[in-house]
Amino acid sequence: MNLIMPPEEEKIISQTRREPRVESREPNPDALPSALDSRTSTASISALTVKNLSIYFGKNQVLKSVSLEVQARAVTAIIGPSGCGKSTFLRALNRMHELVPEARMTGEIRLFGEDIYAGRVEPVIVRRRVGMVFQKSNPFPTMSIADNVTVGLRLNGVRARATLVDRMEKSLRMAALWDEVKDRLHAPAISLSGGQQQRLCIARALAVQPEVLLMDEPASALDPLATAKIEDLILELKKDFTIVIVTHNMQQAARISDFTAFLYLGELIEFDATRKIFTSPARKQTEDYVTGRFG
Amino acid sequence: MMNQADSIVPESMATAQPPAVRQLGDRVFKWLTLLMALSVFALIVLVGFELWRGSHLALQKFGWRFLSSSEWDPVNEQFGALPFIFGTVVSSLIALLIAVPLSIASAVFLTELAPPWLRQPLTVFIELLAAVPSVILGLWGIFVMVPWLREHLFLWLRSALGFLPLFQGPIYGVSFLAGGIIIAIMIVPIITSVSREILRSVPGLQREAAYALGATRWEVTRIAVLSYAKKGLFGAVILGLGRALGETMAVTMVIGNNPQIAPSLFAPGYTLASVIANEFNEATGDVYRSGLFEIGLVLLGVTILVNAAAQLLLKTFGGAGAKPQ
Amino acid sequence: MTASNHRWRKTKNALVQALTLVCALLVIAPLAFVFYYLVKSGIGAVNWDFFTKLPKPVGEGGGGMANAIAGSFILLGIAAIIGMPVGVLAGVYLSEYASSRLTGPIRFGADVLNGVPSIIWGIVVYALMVLPMRTYSAWAGGVVLGMMMIPLIMRTTEEVLLLVPDGYREAALALGIAQWRTIAQIVVRTALKGIVTGVLLAVARVAGETAPLIFTALGNRFWNNNLSDPIAALPLQIFSYAISPYDDWHRQAWAGALVLLLLITAINVTVRVLTRDRIHKNP
Repeated sequence: MNLIMPPEEEKIISQTRREPRVESREPNPDALPSALDSRTSTASISALTVKNLSIYFGKNQVLKSVSLEVQARAVTAIIGPSGCGKSTFLRALNRMHELVPEARMTGEIRLFGEDIYAGRVEPVIVRRRVGMVFQKSNPFPTMSIADNVTVGLRLNGVRARATLVDRMEKSLRMAALWDEVKDRLHAPAISLSGGQQQRLCIARALAVQPEVLLMDEPASALDPLATAKIEDLILELKKDFTIVIVTHNMQQAARISDFTAFLYLGELIEFDATRKIFTSPARKQTEDYVTGRFG
Repeated sequence: MMNQADSIVPESMATAQPPAVRQLGDRVFKWLTLLMALSVFALIVLVGFELWRGSHLALQKFGWRFLSSSEWDPVNEQFGALPFIFGTVVSSLIALLIAVPLSIASAVFLTELAPPWLRQPLTVFIELLAAVPSVILGLWGIFVMVPWLREHLFLWLRSALGFLPLFQGPIYGVSFLAGGIIIAIMIVPIITSVSREILRSVPGLQREAAYALGATRWEVTRIAVLSYAKKGLFGAVILGLGRALGETMAVTMVIGNNPQIAPSLFAPGYTLASVIANEFNEATGDVYRSGLFEIGLVLLGVTILVNAAAQLLLKTFGGAGAKPQ
Repeated sequence: MTASNHRWRKTKNALVQALTLVCALLVIAPLAFVFYYLVKSGIGAVNWDFFTKLPKPVGEGGGGMANAIAGSFILLGIAAIIGMPVGVLAGVYLSEYASSRLTGPIRFGADVLNGVPSIIWGIVVYALMVLPMRTYSAWAGGVVLGMMMIPLIMRTTEEVLLLVPDGYREAALALGIAQWRTIAQIVVRTALKGIVTGVLLAVARVAGETAPLIFTALGNRFWNNNLSDPIAALPLQIFSYAISPYDDWHRQAWAGALVLLLLITAINVTVRVLTRDRIHKNP
């Protein structure tokens, strides 16, 4: 697929893309089976199971008993007006919300069946299996492009140079950035453009080989061209990863996601196949929101 | 486009340390940094304790009389701190009298009234002045400032204001006034730069509101900025006072080192800090040394009170903390 | 509003502007005077001998302050070894574990410590080290300067670490990097320039300290061969020469002061160049 396209063409492509791809893909024949058994065997296994999740910041309840299943190797979009708790929901999935000192949660989240909040589970391990990309690109400013990609591995104890180099190239290729940076891997990361920086952040997250990738409005700070590239990338990545994306852009959710969850005031109003949400939602509130009547 | 199959092999988990070790790292690091941060309290306790221990003998022998007696007689082992307290207070007051208007006016000039191209270089010069060591200023004081005071300023002051007791008596050059002036030079950069921070932290909205009424630059400064920043500026002044009280080398070199309580600013005096600097190494008797420790204790008590007050004022003003100078 | 009223207000504005300008000039005038006299009186004695020779007894001209210059560097080295790790780690605590209830009091304590007069530090370390060791020493001199550096470095480190955007911390944690590694290898590394700046400023600040050294390092007319012996330092040497009655020594004092001030100014200028491009505030 040609990644560099003028905006006019982008529209056309996105038209054709509106068809949500709910069908799951064949397991990749090159995949190493050992760690993947659980995910490659069935067509629609859930990667994350969220049950009755409530989150409080101090006295403030920001999520009210949310339950949903995130299907593996698919894109799940979380939509809803600002302040509806979608970012908090996303952050609960890899325990990042715990960074807020007075945060408290009840309920259960399982990652391929394992409770990520069980007593002996460490947030550090959870976060390595559930990676995250943020709204604003945040490559480490003192590091080169290459170092940014490998830093997660290096600081987790991977020393072998060959592994690092290999993983860096693969991650950059997966993030569709390799061709643009292969000649200047040791240039400072902040010399890249905004869109490139965000793809570098995606590569950085991919390098530690997460199973799930959380994206918090990854394209909201980018221009349309860079946004299109990120969207193409997401469609490419879902072949290998489970993706949960928060977006305030409903066209984007419609274009790239297979499932959509609509959150409003901390409650899950509706969760269904994206096509269903955008064409015949079950709830009036959802319809009002996706048709732009509020929010 | 690409076909990266092995992207989800959790290899890093296999090579990682066991969880217990990793958590240990977090815990050790947090405790290590906490321990280092707590060294602040350890140092405060250490300073207080050592001074108390050193001054034990004098505390026992003289009690409260130490603060009110003006006798300083190492031969007969009679010690009282009053002349030094007097000298410290007088020289610090002179310093504040000179430094406060100059510093605040400069800070106002730098933040509000100066043309932008002049602000940066002036600020740099003031910061460089803050970096001049006390001993160098003292050297300049001995050989340049004091002779000039003796031959010009003091003569002129005596003829113009000689009807006041403050400006009577013989002129030696080294004096309370010389000490006060040199302290003023030392604290001006601190008061100026803290005041500048405070004025800069006045919200732009305050200024715009006044400008919108058609006020001139100075009117904006007076109405919107100065009245808003009053408390913070007061904190800056108190911070300067704290520095003035503890200033040692430069004062020691120009104040004359004579323990007396005199009405004339032309008379030589002595301060708490400079008597320690001058006599500590030569103090032979135990009581003598203990007396000097107690002078240190008095000085510490006063400076801690003054500095704490300054910090509280600056903190309640909000944001513009006192940066270490 | 009448025209004359308006003119008066404009005039008043100009008057105040001129008055504050004069104040600002008065404030920096001593700097110019001090520098002028340092150069005028000191430059003549700053020569090769000054940097390579020991002080000469009174009456013999010449000689230098080689031992005092070396001594100052040794003292600052010891001080940095003590002050830097403690100050930087404590600064890390203040900035990275800010939710702790202790940070407020610690910060306040550091600011109070910054206000403790340097002469007090001198007699404290005298009681702490010189009395038990029964000798003035380079160690004692280094320790006293190091203690004075701790609160300075602590506060500047905290300040520059707080400038590092949270986005970097989150990004690192989201990669499954342990918190302490995130702090040590991502956050501190991002702010490294600022931290180095803070350390240099603290060194420059204590480099000119005299009062605390009088009762700890004492001074020495010869080379120091053992850190448990008294050691010379530039500010001490300037002080003892300045209050001596000999013209030769006065000249040496001026030269020493010139060298010391240039040293301190050099550090300050380096810092200014270092911080010219501030750390990136990207996310």
